[in-house]
Formats: sequence, structure tokens, C-alpha cells
Amino acid sequence: MRSTVREADRPRARQGTGQQHEGRFALLLLLPAAVVVFGVVIWPVVRTLVVSLYDVDSAMPGSYPFVGLDNYIRVFQDDRFYTVLGHTMYFTLVSTFLELALGIAVALLLNSPLRARWLWRSIVVLPWALPTIVNGALWRWIYNGQYGALNGLLDTLGISDTPTQWLGEPFLALNMVIIADVWKNTSIVVFFILAGLQTIPSDLYEAARVDGAGPWRAFWRLTIPMLAPSIAVVLILRTIEAFKVFDIIYVMTGGGPASGTQTIAFYTYLQAFSNQLFGYGAALAYLIVLAVFALAMAYLRILRQNQLAGVE
Amino acid sequence: MKPTSPSSGSLAGNIAPRPTRRGLLVGGSALGLSGMLVACGVGGGGAKKGGGGSGSGSIRALFMQQAGYSEENIQEMTAAFMKANSGIKVTADFVSYEALHDKTVAAAPAGTYDVVLIDVIWPAEFGTKNIVADVTDRWPDEWKQQMLGGAVTTPQYDDKFYGVPWILDTKYLFYNTAQLEKAKVDPAQLDTWDGVLTAARALKQSGVKYPLIWSWQQAEALICDYTQLLGAFGGSFLDDAGQPAFNQGGGVAALEFMRQTIVDGLTNPASTQSLEEDVRRVFSSGQASIALNWTYMYGLANDPKESQIPGDVAVLQTPSGPVGRPGVNGSMALALTATSENQDAGWKYIEYLTSQPVQNKYALSSLPVWESSYDDPKVVETNPAVVPQAKKQLGDMILRPQVASYNAISQVLQAEIQKALLGDKEPQQALDDAASEAAKLLES
Amino acid sequence: MRPSRAYLIWIHVAAVVMALVVLAPFAWLVISSISPSAELLSPHPHWWPDHLTFERYRAIFGSEGGGGDVAANFRSAMINSFVVASVTTAVSLVVGVLGGYAFARLTFRFRRTSLFAFLAIYMLPPIALVIPLYLALANLGLLDTKVGLVITYSSIVTPFCLWTMSNYFLSLPRDLEDAARVDGCSRMGALVWVILPLARPGILTTGMFGFLLAWDEFLYALIFTSTTQAKTIPVAIAEFTGKHSSDFGLIAAGGVLATIPPVLLALAFQRYIVGGLTSGAVKG
Repeated sequence: MRSTVREADRPRARQGTGQQHEGRFALLLLLPAAVVVFGVVIWPVVRTLVVSLYDVDSAMPGSYPFVGLDNYIRVFQDDRFYTVLGHTMYFTLVSTFLELALGIAVALLLNSPLRARWLWRSIVVLPWALPTIVNGALWRWIYNGQYGALNGLLDTLGISDTPTQWLGEPFLALNMVIIADVWKNTSIVVFFILAGLQTIPSDLYEAARVDGAGPWRAFWRLTIPMLAPSIAVVLILRTIEAFKVFDIIYVMTGGGPASGTQTIAFYTYLQAFSNQLFGYGAALAYLIVLAVFALAMAYLRILRQNQLAGVE
Repeated sequence: MKPTSPSSGSLAGNIAPRPTRRGLLVGGSALGLSGMLVACGVGGGGAKKGGGGSGSGSIRALFMQQAGYSEENIQEMTAAFMKANSGIKVTADFVSYEALHDKTVAAAPAGTYDVVLIDVIWPAEFGTKNIVADVTDRWPDEWKQQMLGGAVTTPQYDDKFYGVPWILDTKYLFYNTAQLEKAKVDPAQLDTWDGVLTAARALKQSGVKYPLIWSWQQAEALICDYTQLLGAFGGSFLDDAGQPAFNQGGGVAALEFMRQTIVDGLTNPASTQSLEEDVRRVFSSGQASIALNWTYMYGLANDPKESQIPGDVAVLQTPSGPVGRPGVNGSMALALTATSENQDAGWKYIEYLTSQPVQNKYALSSLPVWESSYDDPKVVETNPAVVPQAKKQLGDMILRPQVASYNAISQVLQAEIQKALLGDKEPQQALDDAASEAAKLLES
Repeated sequence: MRPSRAYLIWIHVAAVVMALVVLAPFAWLVISSISPSAELLSPHPHWWPDHLTFERYRAIFGSEGGGGDVAANFRSAMINSFVVASVTTAVSLVVGVLGGYAFARLTFRFRRTSLFAFLAIYMLPPIALVIPLYLALANLGLLDTKVGLVITYSSIVTPFCLWTMSNYFLSLPRDLEDAARVDGCSRMGALVWVILPLARPGILTTGMFGFLLAWDEFLYALIFTSTTQAKTIPVAIAEFTGKHSSDFGLIAAGGVLATIPPVLLALAFQRYIVGGLTSGAVKG
């Protein structure tokens, strides 16, 4: 374990052969991950890519006509694609923003000198531990226009005694699904931010205080920049997850009412599975990857522009 | 590149040669290559070819867990079948209805299953896409007379048979006897849809806030209700030339009827977010007086453990509209997969499960497909309230369009019908839009 | 410095509000699981059931189920899920920590490209890969096995671990590592003896959430498993909500039970998750 590299060798190790050495070390460290991931998915990934170039309309093998990029072109000519893309963008941006804002707030709270901190932290874990399909069923039940708890609560509190069909109007339903998603997934943001907060040395705050910075200023000037890497990581994770949201839609609304909660992953599912348009579905799937990529890049750029260093 | 699976049914089991860990990696890259090489056969990569087989050996079957026969029923039938056919070993898998289609599709290229349960809306899709086998040659002619008309058409597409009917179902009209009595409504009124409206108005006056509940969520359930009304109002999905026709006549009248019940406050607004189970819940808690639903609701709505209105539930044939009273065909059939290498054994199993004695024995779970069973006192006494209604209804059923792209058309129709129900579009407009989309789908 | 009294009161009030928002839906889940069906269907919710029923839990844990009972399958699903999620997490965490470190600290060619290649795999919707993966697993005889699920899930959870860990390593101060190497550690030595202990909060957080990714996964499990041999919790619960037999109380009971293992896990690890660093090396 202990090496013989002495201090005197270090400067040289930084350049020249050091680069090569680093490259080999990196390969060594990355190889297991590459095997675990690409060993499994390379064939499916390549095959799906190939399928997206053919007019495949069945799960069964056969000779399907090669259509080049036609499937991709057809996606862009498909009105429903723009509708579901709109829903997905809205879902992604709103849910990610809410989760991030609430997550940072709760993390700061949990990092403050609360009594019985373990208790509060355990509470925050609960929604995360609830399986998504149960979460969907639970909120569908709470929103139920007939005997749902939400209408019951509003009635009990004397706010409203006319039941609302929470999942009955397309746009309202989309927002209600977002609430259910935020309730569950804010947990992950809280814990990543909390872990990030631990890496901020407390003497920095001391220094900021000595400099006369108030808590608000310290938050924007110190906490947020120091948290930038954690923010970037959860932002991108949540964006990816939100963009391919499927389970909760499947359970809560089935894409209704009037397709108001149909997202792009759900639409892909309908096309590829229910309708067996595998070529078209494959093209949709790859466009999802491109779209998420574009979003992720945009986030990273914004974070970097705001001088939130450390993000790479 | 063909995989080396020696026999069907072994894919998930222990018979197939287990690859080593290294084999997995090598196989992964080799398969990756094959993905590009077999570009002309991109659908499946390396799927199996079906075959008759020896009429014995192992077969694997896929069923659903809910509705109709229970898992225990099917295991019992299977055990009895294996006892009678010692050369055949059957493994039965169960998934929820929602997963049945997707699992069948995903498993098709690999040939995991020999026998699959298919819904009435799938024969066209599965037949044309080569997922289930054409069994026309195996179908005895006399079955066409001995089975109920609705049963015979269930697995049929394009004059071919893609399976054998097994579970028969359609939607009946259920009502709450106590509430009708209180509102002084004569149940005989419920014989027509006009009468249902009159009754619903009276019920509303008597204090039932929303007398009607339906399964109108954006899902297949919505199309089932719509189909039944479309039939009653004399519409049809497709005209003789195979073009969409639901945007004319009865098809529009049916949707206008649906929308009007919402506008008049007769239909529970939760209907547009409800599936069959939600309908059952609302009806069973006494919050709706009249509902369409499948056979199963009768037993559960009368079960004190499940319902607050046991004993107050009655069932009728679906009401008639200006033109007729067909029930939506909600049946299911057993099919052989195209990739099964043991189709002869699979067929024996299907023959056994669908045979009249077996179906009569389990009539309490699901009504037989055989016409003469409905006069068998033993069958009638399993469910004296439902069987007489079923006898009337099951001979008169309406099919949803039997086209390969049915699912896609259904999705379009669901979305447009919902827009009309929510008042975003006029029914005529919504159906016109759906029809033009559907016409495109039928072309491709 | 001592926090002021007003500040202390304020944060506790905020914590209570937060707890209410988090707990209320969860409490409703628990209450629904012990309410009789009839009460669940009352037009106005019974905030507390008039008649408690533990029947659903009894159905799940009772021995009367036999092979065919949906509820009885739940127990094996629980074990399957636990095994699959644990092994997946262990595998993904080990390879993810190593790879994440490489991405964070080493300079090599195609660093960004390969990082994004891993992320791209994570971005692909599972629907796109189900059919080819099914065929691959079928050919390898791994359908309906826990091994098959572990292999599949590791390919999803690993990119997640790589991404979170590489970013976590980035947030660690570099000087400590350099100091360790000055002290005479090799790169590997510094990684194992210095970096990993420092990164413990990040590793455990990543592990916890990686566990849930596997615990929660639905679509692959639905399609790839068919017997109690490998069916997982989400599939078992989905089977409660069948075409004609859904009782929300039963789903709720299943949900409550499914929540217990991850919560226990989180409780066991939570004091390690937060707390390592502030009291540790950096401060000094």
C-alpha cells in the first residue's frame, strides 16, 4: 500500500509520464464501472439505435424496411409529440425547481441546532422510502373527488365544502401530479445538500461573520457557491428522472384527463409497447436523451456563469 | 445468430445451459455485433421459430390474476390436466391484467410462453404482428354452433382464428334497489337509456347527488362504455369500406348523451377519472344509484365486507337505445404463441381449459362460452341473478374495431372523447378530429 | 457562538411545519391501511377509523395464503427486493466510488466524453431497452432470476453512483489528499486510507439513494419476473391493484411494509451520513 514516492518526486509526477500514469490509473478505476454498465446495455443500446432507423412495427423479427432518419423526422411532424414535450418540460422544470428550493431550505433547517435532530431527519426520509407506485396510488386516493382526504380536509377546516375534482382538469391534474412527485423526491435533494453542507468548513462562516456579513448575505455568497457541486449533481439527477417520469403518471392518471398529464416517456411507452411501433418508439427514446442532455448542459452553463465554481 | 435454447419453457428455468460470467461479457459484445449484422431482422434480433412439437413435454402459460378464474381455479384445472396428460408439464405464470399485453409482447421474440391469455381487442394486432399463431385449422367446425356468437368472434380476425374463447364478459346495468324505491322509480324504466335519464333525474331530486357513475378515465375502460352506447344509438366504428364512421350518427349521439349527463349534473364528475374499480367503490358506498360494469361487480357489491349496500343490488341487461342494446364484448381467449415449439401440447391444454365440463365446473368464477351451459341448472344456480341476464346479453355483443392498429386508434379516441366530456370541444368536433387521426392510422 | 432564543424557536416551528407536511400524507396511508373498506368509502373521510382492522397485515403475514394468494406472495417479494437492492447497491457503490474518483481527480483523455456516456445510459428511458434486454436475459437463462435483476439494475444504479460520487469528490478539499501523498501514500493508498473515510457521508448518501433506485424500480421487474422466485415489492403491490380487485387499504398496507426496510436502513446510517466531516479532519 505505501509507496516509495517521496516528496522530491512529486513535481515531476505532475507532468509528462505522470499524465500517462494517471491515464492508466484512471482506466484501472473506471474499468469495473464500464464492465458493469456497458457489458449489460451495449447490445440493447446499439440495437435500439438500429431499430430507430427501421420501420419496425412488431416485437417479432422480420425484414423491416430501412427508413434512415424517417422515424426522427416523423417525430418532429407529430403534433402529439409537441404536446407531450410541453407537459414534460413543464413537469421537469417546475418539479425540479420546487424540489431544489424546498430541499435546500429543509437541509439548512436540518443542519441548524435543532433538538432531536435525528428525529427530524428520519421524518424527512419517509417519503423517499415509499415506493413510487404506492406514492402514486396514495395521492390518487388523497385527490379523489368523491371521498378523498384533500376535499375532506378543506371541508373540515371550513375552507371549501364543494368537492374539487383535483385530477379532473388537464392542467390542474398536471400540477397535482407535480405536488405528489415533489412530496416524495424532495428527500433526495435534502440529503445530498445536507451532505454537501458538511463539506463547508465552519470557520468560513466565522470568517464571514467577522467580515460583517449577515445570514442572508452569507447564504448567497458562501453557502450557495460552496454547495454548487451538490446543487449541480441533484439538479441534473432530478432533471433526468423527471424527464423520464413514467410510473407515477401510469398509476395516478394514465395520462389523462384529455391527455393533460401525458409525458414523453409515457407517450414513448404507448407508441413502443401498446402500439408496437418500435422504430418510432426508439427514435423517441433517443430524442429524450438528446433533450435531457441539452437541459443538463444549459444548467451547467448557468451554474458556471454564476461563478459557482467547482462544477465541471 | 440464433440462440441455443434446446426447448421452449426452459428459458427461465434450469434446463438451459447456464452461461458463465465471462460468457456474459463475451456474449454481450457478440450480441452487440449481431444487432448490427441482422439489421434486416431488427425486430427480434434472434427469435425462435414456432413448431408443433411432439404433443408432450413442458409448456409455459401466461394468465392474469384478476377477474374471471382465480389463480387457484387455474392451478386446479392445470393439475387436473396434467393428471390426465402425464406427458405434458404445464407451468402457469400470473400477471395483472395491465401487464398482460406488455409481457406477452416482450416475451414473444424469446418464446418464453406457449399459451397466452389475450383480450378481445388484441387478435388483430397479435395476429398481424405474428405474435400468436393462426389456429384456424385446429378449430372444430361444430364449436361455431355450440359456442355463443359473441364468444366465437372474440379470437377472430380476418376470417382466421387466433385462439379459443375462454372468459366471456360484457357490461351490465347495476342499480341500487333501495334508492330507486325511495325515489319511486320503477326499475322497468331502466330498460332504455331514455328511461335511465328519467330515473336519474328522479333520483337526483330524491337526494342522490350524482345518480350515475361511469368508468370514463382516459383508458380502455372509457372506450368500453362508449362502445356500448354507440351500439345502442346505432353507430358503428368503421363503415363497410373500413373507414372511421364513429363521427356520424349513433357515434355522435352516444357521446352527446354522455356529455349531456355531465352537464345535467346526473353523472358524477369523478367519472372522468374513474376506472371500473372506482365505479364499484362509488356504487358500493351508495353514492351512485345506477352504473354500468362487468359481471364481477354483482358479487362484490353484495358482499357486506366490501360494500355498504349488500342486498340492495340488482343487475339488468344493458338498456336499449333507439337502435338496439348490444353489450360491449369484453371477452378473453387463450392463444398459442407463434414462437412456441410445442404448439400441439399447448393446444391440448387450451382444449382442456375451454372444454364445457371444466367451464361448467367453474361457472361461479366465469360464465361458460358454451350456449347449452346456460340451460344447465347447475350453472344457473351458481349465480341466479346474473345468468339469466347473461344468457340474453351474451348473444348480442358489439366488438371494438378489429384492426391491427386498434390500440393507437383507441388512444386517440380516448383523448378526444375526454375533451368532449370536459367541455373543451363539441362532441362532433372531437369525433371528427379523432376520425381524421384514426384514418391516418388505418392507412399506415 | 450561541444561537439566540428567537432563532431557536423559529427553527423548531419550521421543523414542526415541515414534519406536518411530510407526515400527513404518510399518516393517511397508515390510517387507510387499518380502516375497514366500508369506512374508506365514506363520503366524508373518517380521520380515525371507528373500527380498526389489522386484517390486511394478517393476510400478508398469515400462513393461510398458500401459493396462490396475492398477499402471501408479498413476503417473498420483500425478501427478493431486499436481496436485489442490497447486492445492486454494493456492486454499484464499489465500482461507482472508484470510477467517480477517477472522474473527479484524474486527468485523462475522453474524461468528459466517458462521463457523459455513462450519464446518457442513465437518461435512456427503460422502455427503450426492455425488449432487447429481455431477449438477452432469456438467452442467458437469467429471466425471472434475482441475478438477472441485479445485472440490469447495476447498469442503472452505477451511472447514478458515478455521477454523484465524482461530484462529491470534487467538493472535498484537495489539499488533504495531497498531504497524504506527501506523507508517502500511493494514489491507491491515498484513495483508500484518506479519501474514502473523508467521503463517507457522500458514499452513504449515494448508497442509500442507490438502494432506493433498485428497491423502487418497476418496469423492468414487471416484465422480467413472473414467479415468487424474483418478483419484487413494486410488482407485488401492483398486483394488489388489479383489474377488478383493488382495495386501497391493501395497497396502503403493502406500502407501509415496503417503507420499513429503507427507513431502518436510513436510521442505521443516518448518523454517519451527516456528521463525519465537521467534527473531522477539515475543521482541524
